[in-house]
Formats: sequence, structure tokens, C-alpha cells
Amino acid sequence: MLLAKKWDRRPRAAADAGRHRNHFLWMGSILTGIMLVLILVGYVWTPYETTGMSGTEKFLAPCLAHPLGTDNFGRDILSRIMEGAGSTFFIALCVVLIGGIVGTIIGCLTGYFGGVPDLVLMRVCDAITAFPSILLALVLITIVGYGKYPIILILGILFIPSFARVVRGEVAKERNLNYVASARLMGAGHLRIIFRHILPNTIQVLLPIAAIGFNNAVLAEASMSYLGLGVQPPDASLGRMLSEAQTYLARAPWYALFVGLAIVVMILGLSLLTEGLQQRRRS
Amino acid sequence: MLDIQDLRIHFRNAPPGKDAVKGICLHMDRGEILGLVGESGSGKTVTAMALAGLLSNAKTQLTGQIFFEGLDLLQASRETVRALRGKDIAVVFQEPMTSMDPVMRVGPQVEEALLVHTDLSPQERRQRALAAMADAELPDPETVYRKYPHELSGGMLQRAMVAAAIISEPKLLICDEPTTALDVTIQEGILNLLKKINREKGTGILFISHNLHVVRKLCTRVAVMCKGELLEEGPVDEIFFRPQAEYTKGLIAAIPTRRKRG
Amino acid sequence: MRYIIRKVLTLIITLFMVSLLAFLAFQVIPGSPASSMLGTNATPEKIAALEAEMGLDDPVLVRYARWAGDFIQGDWGQSYSYDMPVKDMVMEKLPATAALVLLAFAITVAAAFPLGIATARREGSLLDRVITVVNQVCMSIPPVFVGILLCFLFGITLRVFVPGNFVSFQDSPGQFFLYMLFPALSVALSRIAMTVKMLRSSILDEMNKDYIRTAFSRGRTRADALRHHALRNAIIPVIAFLAVTAAELVAGSIVVEQVFTVPGVGRLLLSSIGSRDFPVAQAVVVLLATWVVVVNFIADILYQYMDPRIRIQ
Repeated sequence: MLLAKKWDRRPRAAADAGRHRNHFLWMGSILTGIMLVLILVGYVWTPYETTGMSGTEKFLAPCLAHPLGTDNFGRDILSRIMEGAGSTFFIALCVVLIGGIVGTIIGCLTGYFGGVPDLVLMRVCDAITAFPSILLALVLITIVGYGKYPIILILGILFIPSFARVVRGEVAKERNLNYVASARLMGAGHLRIIFRHILPNTIQVLLPIAAIGFNNAVLAEASMSYLGLGVQPPDASLGRMLSEAQTYLARAPWYALFVGLAIVVMILGLSLLTEGLQQRRRS
Repeated sequence: MLDIQDLRIHFRNAPPGKDAVKGICLHMDRGEILGLVGESGSGKTVTAMALAGLLSNAKTQLTGQIFFEGLDLLQASRETVRALRGKDIAVVFQEPMTSMDPVMRVGPQVEEALLVHTDLSPQERRQRALAAMADAELPDPETVYRKYPHELSGGMLQRAMVAAAIISEPKLLICDEPTTALDVTIQEGILNLLKKINREKGTGILFISHNLHVVRKLCTRVAVMCKGELLEEGPVDEIFFRPQAEYTKGLIAAIPTRRKRG
Repeated sequence: MRYIIRKVLTLIITLFMVSLLAFLAFQVIPGSPASSMLGTNATPEKIAALEAEMGLDDPVLVRYARWAGDFIQGDWGQSYSYDMPVKDMVMEKLPATAALVLLAFAITVAAAFPLGIATARREGSLLDRVITVVNQVCMSIPPVFVGILLCFLFGITLRVFVPGNFVSFQDSPGQFFLYMLFPALSVALSRIAMTVKMLRSSILDEMNKDYIRTAFSRGRTRADALRHHALRNAIIPVIAFLAVTAAELVAGSIVVEQVFTVPGVGRLLLSSIGSRDFPVAQAVVVLLATWVVVVNFIADILYQYMDPRIRIQ
């Protein structure tokens, strides 16, 4: 027969679980950290003026003076990425805040009180989430008009359902637990129960949703701005830079590469961080 | 037929020294019905799963010996033990509802062991499955064969599980609380069925239960487990009328009788 | 059968709602199409006359009914910018987008299923860990950027295709396929990663269930139990996800068509929005929305076919 089975050998999967988790958390923290530093510093200081054009320094490859090279107008790419990432970050943050706050309020109320409004609102949410957000955003942007604030508004509205649904589910679950009943008995009002007792318990599920929402907002903003329907000049945006950079792909491939990488790092960092945190909580 | 020597089972996520089963020795003859009783957490189910080789190597650590027909299951290769499962050792689980694949018809699940262990044609397998279902006293086997698990009652499903277990005429049938999830009226039927199978086919049955009352109806010999240790074993009447361990006395006292109720 | 009839009814109602909303969306846009059509030589009288001629002064619902009726009969109206029937413009662009989306969907399924099954089968192995990491990265790359990278790598460096060019199916099927492959890969990449992740965790969930233990007790190996039991069960939630994927691929193709200058309905939508040619935009939106609704309908039917527990109800 074959070799005897070794019962005492610690299997690989279990042994690796620990190392694996740390990888995600570490990499996520590092990437997010780098991006945050770039963005926060970018709000107050950039290596070069982002509007400073230079006819003699067009399409410089990465060098000491310009670590990420220069673009078609001789502008420093690093500085522009810092500004663009800052703008994209701001937009995504606003979108998550609008979607998160409005979605949470709607989810809390419908989940707690139930009834016909709950049914109707959740059907509407289902319908909205069935459609790709970019398609809906394209239609809405035709109505509202282009620009930074319209896109925040539109994406914010489109992101409400994803939050509302999750919060609603959690609230409906929590509502039936004992502590809510005892809070009612002690004379607490409905709103007080919702916001003081139930809501804090839903934060755990809300955070990963917020992270996913943030990443989707970055993706949506980048796509819309790339198509020329999002942020308009003079506001900066990674998506618009990507569309500019594509024109000069043959001459200055690093332009598109670095702009794209900035988007990837932004999204990847946060998703690794969330994944890592979730894995840590599970174990 | 079955001989367990100093079996220890340790869950890898438990602290060292805290074993789920602390070195038990147990013996079972061919064609015998042995009852294994104890409350939940006493280690009886883990022991049964160890016999069937269903404990994950990643989560548990086993030491000692389990001799089945002279073969030490703990030293044998994974493949050798797998070849025994479903052929010579079969299991009936506690929850018939979740123990069946919800998207597969009942018939193919009943004959699964034949598919794995024999070269029978689909028609032959089907015939054997219908026969086994008839043996398990399932009404109208032809219809049940085509049903999905959710279309059958718990009692019917458990009979189908028994049919699936006896289809390859195993030497050892491990029943892990097979009646616990069922109504009392249906329990009776399943117990009679197991008794009949034992009598007609000579299948050895290891019957695991927390219910001494049920065990007394079915088994010839009984072993009592508590907190991973084997307290005592012997003929069922011996244990009932002259229990040695305090724990067993407690268990017996907990059986509701007519006098107590009245 | 009752299930299917109910679903068909829902489908019809949903299509009605969606088309109504799409119609209304383009009605609330400020500015009269008549004035934009007449351009600089518009006088209030001329605008009013044209509006009356186009039936724009009727109530909204009357206009919707007229538009929907015409739409079903194949009259999708006249483009504002080009003197062409909308239907001809859309139909000319549709094949490229359809090919792009179908190819992307095929790639997604063809890549995600083997990878998802392989990672689940060898949970914790080197392969599994590498793919898990690669997945995380792939999910984070926007389709636009994948497209640009492919353009640079295969278009500019390796010269497999010419960026900005396009070959139609009639000219050369082989070249057409090549020009479709890279856009399709760009939209598919992140969806592949998501599907792999979803399928893997779905299979592993199923592998922990009781009926898998039953299969083991009958002598099944882990690989067999996975293939014959866990997979069938694990696919059920993945079907709904694939419906979302089919919808998202369309949205992604709008962006990627721009990257690879594919002459599809996505670019038509963008240019018609840019030139405020609303009959065209409206037709494209209704078409894409119909695709989303129909895909979800198909998924519902498949779902009940795969899961006998729903079939009975």
C-alpha cells in the first residue's frame, strides 16, 4: 500500500492562513498610506505648478527633476497626478458620504418601520442596482449637465440603493432582538432607538460597503471623466488625464502608465485593506 | 469485526491536552447492534466520524488504533480507507434534510455508492436502488426515485438515506442519531427498519444516540460515553438494571417513565 | 410553467416602466429640440410651427404612447443631427457592440469557471494563493486602463493591431475577431476576477455542507464530491452574478469602445449626447436597458431551472 498517513502534520492551508492575512492587511495599508500622503500633500504643495507649462520640457521621460516625466505641455506629471488624485479622492469621498448618509437614513427608516413604503423603496433600489451605474449616470448627466458637482450629485444618488439595502437588512434583523424591545419598554422613542441603539450595530457591515462604494465611485468618476462627461477643465481628474495621455501613448507611454497606476493603487490599496480587515475579524 | 484501541481525538484549534476523545477502547462483533450513548459533547459523534474516516486531517489529530476486519484504519492509506467508505462502512446521519444534495434527485443519491464502488450499468444500479428502497420500506420506490429531497418528508428522506447506506450491503452501518430530527411516531418506524436490516442481512450497526430509551429498544450491547471517556459498556439489560457509573444512573433516571409522569 | 408566465408578465411590465422612464428622462431636458434643429435661423413662429408639426405640444403620455407604438413597429424616429432614420444609425453600429459584449461574456465564462474550480479544488495551494492575489489586482484595474495597456503592448509595441483602426466583419472575419479581442479582454478582465472570487467562495461554502460529508461517506473523493455535488449547487448564486456581469459588460463596452475606437452603439450614444441628438440617445438607452432587463429575465429562468426548490413553487 501507499505511505502511512501522517496525522500530526499541520496542513498547509491552516498554517498559511496567518501569513496570508497579514499580506493583505500590510500591502493594503502601505498602498493606501502612499496614496493618502500624496493626496494630502497635494492639497497644500506640489513639486511644480500644475499649470506651469514649458515648451522646452515637453514629453520628458522620468528623471531626477521630474520623477514621473512631463506631459505634452511640459507639465510635471507627478504634480498633476497629486492634484488629479486629490480631486478624484474628493469626488469619491463626497459620493460615498451622500450615498452613505442618505442610504443609511432611508435604510433605517424602511427597515425599522417596514410596510408598503419599505416594499416600494426596496423594489426601486433593486431596479436601480440592476442597471450599470455608468449607463444611468450617462442619462442623468445629459439632463443635469457636466462638471464636478453634477457628477458628485449623480453618482451620490446612484449609490444610495447599495447602502440603503444593506442597512435596511441589518436594521430589520436588529429590530427583532431583545435589546430593542427592552429599550422600547424603557420608553425610548423610535428615532432614538434607531439612531442610538440600532445604527451603531450596523457600522460593522457598513464599512466594507463604504469601501466598495468608494472604489466604485473612483472607477465611475474615472470612466466618466475619461469620456469627457465628468470633471471639466480647469478641474483636475485622473480620468481626464488618462484620456489626454492616450493621445500621446506612442510618444510618452509613461504618462498613461503612471496615471493609470495611480488609479489602480488607490482602488487596490483600499480593497486589500478591507479584505485584510475582514479576514482578521473572521479569524 | 471492529476493534478500537486507545483512540484519542484532538481538535487542532483546542488547547493541547484538551482531547475530544480521551483514549477509548471499544469492541464490536459482526452482526451486532452496539449502542453508543452520551450527552452532546461527550465525543460519541466524533468517534463515529473517526470510524468512517470523515474527520478532516486539517482540523483533527487522531492517535491509537481502529481495526476494521484486521486493518488499522488510522495507518492505512487515504485511498484504502476511501475504498471502504460506502462499501463496507456506511453512515446514516442525523439530519436527512441537509444530508442530501438539494439539487440532485433522490434515486441517483441512493445509488451513489454503487457508482463509486462498482462497474454496474446504470440500469443495474437503478434496479439495486429500487430494491434497496423497497428494503427500506419506502412506499412506491419508482416515484421516490425521481423526487427531489425537498419534495419528501423527513421520515421518507431518512429511509432513503438508509437505503443509500445499505445498497452495497456494508458490514458496518454507523447511525449517528438517525431518529433525533424526526417525529416520535416516525422514529419507531426507522428503529424497526434498522432492526430488520440487522436481522435479515447481518449488518453490524453502531447506533449513536443520547436517548437511552431508544437504545434499549434496539441494541444488544451499549457503551456509555461522557466527556470523551468511555464510562462503561456491557449488555443492554446489565447497564440498565445495574449501572456502575453515577453518570449512567443519572442518564437512566432521566428517562421519562409512566410512573413519574403520573 | 406558472413561474415562467409570471416572469414574462414581470418582464413586460419592467420593459414598460424602463421605456417610460427613458422617455421621460429625455423630455425633462431643457431646450426645445425644434429650436436646436432650426439652429440660428429660429424665430418663435417657426419653432412653434415645427413643434406642432412634430407633435411636441401634446401631453407627455400621449407622446410616450405614440413614441412607444412607433418604436415597437420599427419606426425609431429621425435623427436631429443627421437626416437619417434613427433605426438605421443604431443598426449600423449594433453588430460591433453585440460582438464585443458577447465575446467578452464568452471570455469571462470560459476563463472564470476553470479558474474558480481549480482554486477551490486546491484551496490553500500555491496556485490558489497566486490567483487570489492576481484577482485582487485585476479587480482594481479600470477597463479603460486595461484597454490603454493592451493598446500600448499589442498595438504600439508588438504591432498586432493598429490602435484607432477597425476592420469590419465583412472585410475580414479574422481581422475583425482580432480587433474585437482586445476590447473584449479589457472589459472582461475585472469581471473574470470577480467571477473567479465569487465561484471559489461559493464552492468552498458548499464543500462545508452536510451533503458533501454524505458524499464522502459513500466513498467519493474530494474532487468527485466537488464536481458532482458542490459545483451544481455553487453555480446557482453565480448565475445571478453572471446576469449582473452581462449588464456591466455593456456599460464597460461604452467606455472601451472609446479606447479602441470601435464603431459601436456606445460611441454613438456618447456622440449623440454630445450633439444633443436625443432621439438617437433615447433609442440607444432603451436598447441597452432592454438588454439588461432581458438578461435578468433569462437569469431568472435559468435560476429556476437549476434549482428544483424554486421550480416547484
